[in-house]
Amino acid sequence: MTDLPESTSLLERYAAHAGADAVGQLRQLATRLQGLRVVHVNSTRQGGGVAEILEKLVPLMRELGLDAQWEVIEGSKEFFSCTKSFHNALQGRAIAVPEPLLCEYEEVNAANAERLRPLLEEADVVFIHDPQPAPLLRFCPHRRGKWVWRCHIDLSRPHRPVWRYLRQFINGYDASVFSLAEFAQPMPHLVFLIPPSIDPLSEKNLPLPSEEVRRVFRDFGIDHRRPTLLQVSRFDHFKDPVGVIRAYKLATAFVPSLQLILAGGRAADDPEGDLVLKEVLAAAGDDPDIHVLSASHYSDRVINALQTGADIVLQKSIREGFGLTVTEAMWKSKPVIGGNTGGIRLQLFNHRTGFLVDTPEGAAMRIRYLLFNRQRIEQIGHNARELVRRNFLITRQLREYLTLMVALIHGAGDRIELG
Amino acid sequence: MEEFAIKDCALATIATGRHAQTLRELRDILRDIHAGCIYHHFWGTLMRPEFYDREYNNDFAAWCHHSLHDSVLAERLAVVDPADYPDLDALRQELIELIDERLDETEVILTARADQLFHFTRSVTVVFDTYRRLSHPSELVTAVPEMSVGSIFYHFIDARRREPIGMDDFRAWLKGFGSEYEPLCDTLAEIDPYFESLFVLRTRLARAFKQHFRPPRPRRSKVKEG
Repeated sequence: MTDLPESTSLLERYAAHAGADAVGQLRQLATRLQGLRVVHVNSTRQGGGVAEILEKLVPLMRELGLDAQWEVIEGSKEFFSCTKSFHNALQGRAIAVPEPLLCEYEEVNAANAERLRPLLEEADVVFIHDPQPAPLLRFCPHRRGKWVWRCHIDLSRPHRPVWRYLRQFINGYDASVFSLAEFAQPMPHLVFLIPPSIDPLSEKNLPLPSEEVRRVFRDFGIDHRRPTLLQVSRFDHFKDPVGVIRAYKLATAFVPSLQLILAGGRAADDPEGDLVLKEVLAAAGDDPDIHVLSASHYSDRVINALQTGADIVLQKSIREGFGLTVTEAMWKSKPVIGGNTGGIRLQLFNHRTGFLVDTPEGAAMRIRYLLFNRQRIEQIGHNARELVRRNFLITRQLREYLTLMVALIHGAGDRIELG
Repeated sequence: MEEFAIKDCALATIATGRHAQTLRELRDILRDIHAGCIYHHFWGTLMRPEFYDREYNNDFAAWCHHSLHDSVLAERLAVVDPADYPDLDALRQELIELIDERLDETEVILTARADQLFHFTRSVTVVFDTYRRLSHPSELVTAVPEMSVGSIFYHFIDARRREPIGMDDFRAWLKGFGSEYEPLCDTLAEIDPYFESLFVLRTRLARAFKQHFRPPRPRRSKVKEG
């Protein structure tokens, strides 16, 4: 990767990672969308995966000639408490949301609609991200454009009463977008599938100087010269951190110098996380080579350094959404051993870009295989990065958004021939 | 001879909300599913993330192998060449017959794990003109390596279901020049489009054009040392 001058356009910066043909295709598609008024609406300007993506997607759309804007709805504490309950319920937890909170949810949306209505009703395409601003459509009766609900959540097994309530706001949209077919719910309109992506220019994914990587390892008391396994994830049963420790222990019988890092942020209001962390610490016992990093927050750069410095990355999930931590590690040319579930299956191809496993024993076997065949670590890592470059960078996601807009504007028959 | 118009395409994938867990369900849904799903699970698969050599050339075969663990049916489905059928409904019928035949043979109901359902999806293909035109076949030598994978998909894969059925756009164009390019057409016909990524296909095609059009090597004259 070469350093580009400051004046380099955003698209050129991405071309340096994704390839000139990927950016060329974006330009071709965008010629059909020049001047199109596109508005994205979500509930936060900072923090979280949606804001991270919009931060780059909107300037990229602008550079391609679309009139793209990003608006954020404002809400009360009760509103966000309500939408957090939605989030948990949509991912399967049986949560009853009290009536007053639902009233607040609708009132906050009505108030935001007062402010945003002129912009939203005039827009050609409106993307509403996640459940927080979903009722806005109902408050914009004179809308002239196409409205798309973009769901970033795994909706495969939602708590039905909450989904029934939310669906009444979403049914009226022109289309929905889900990340995977498994996450989608039947809707009365078109349901597009667009997997998520990573941003190669973010702090989380930029190449780091090796001195910085060594310093981070040193700060945590980890020996960067010894073989290191890493799993980055919340302390959650679905991520199977105890299974990772078992795999590590099985592998150390053959590779005694092995170390394991389990790095995961901890939310203050997550009692289940504390419980799992306790189990993890008990399983780790007094092994000095298991490093459990459980502060409330680690910077993106620190996580980047851990991923860059590890030899093998694990994501031994039992249940997983898309698994962007897998994508991030692959982008850093790491072989990943991942659970055979969800979006991990889209990314890991045995012996080529990593390994899918179903048990700690399976993970241990793959760890031993890779550490015994060090040249395979390099080959698989190289393939992994290439797979991400071609399929899971933000430029691919942008291409799919542009394609979706063309399809919606021209009517989604099987084939749209543009002149 | 008409110019070769380089087109490009992008696919938007659409979920149908229908899925199968057993072989019988797969067969029942195949009977009335949108024909675009048949297209997508045979051809669209090439536009999805994959890594180089693929095991099976269509999603139905891959699912039977990986999720139902029925390698017999997987092998039978894998040899179905979609280009052999005049339209998607004929292809649909062939799939249904192969599954019916297998259902008659087997006594157990094959079921996939709950998280390994077959999700029927289809796609909208957006085709757009790059406004690049080629007037002579030798221009393919420089044009093909510069094509996007979308262009490779459109001209080499998708073309097979457009007229003339079963033939890619490169051969269709070259044949218009008479017999001169028959050896090149034969080389292109030997490139199997179903088992490699579009990136590898692009490299293979580029190599085929480069080899055909490379200038003949000058003959070395023997010099006697005296």
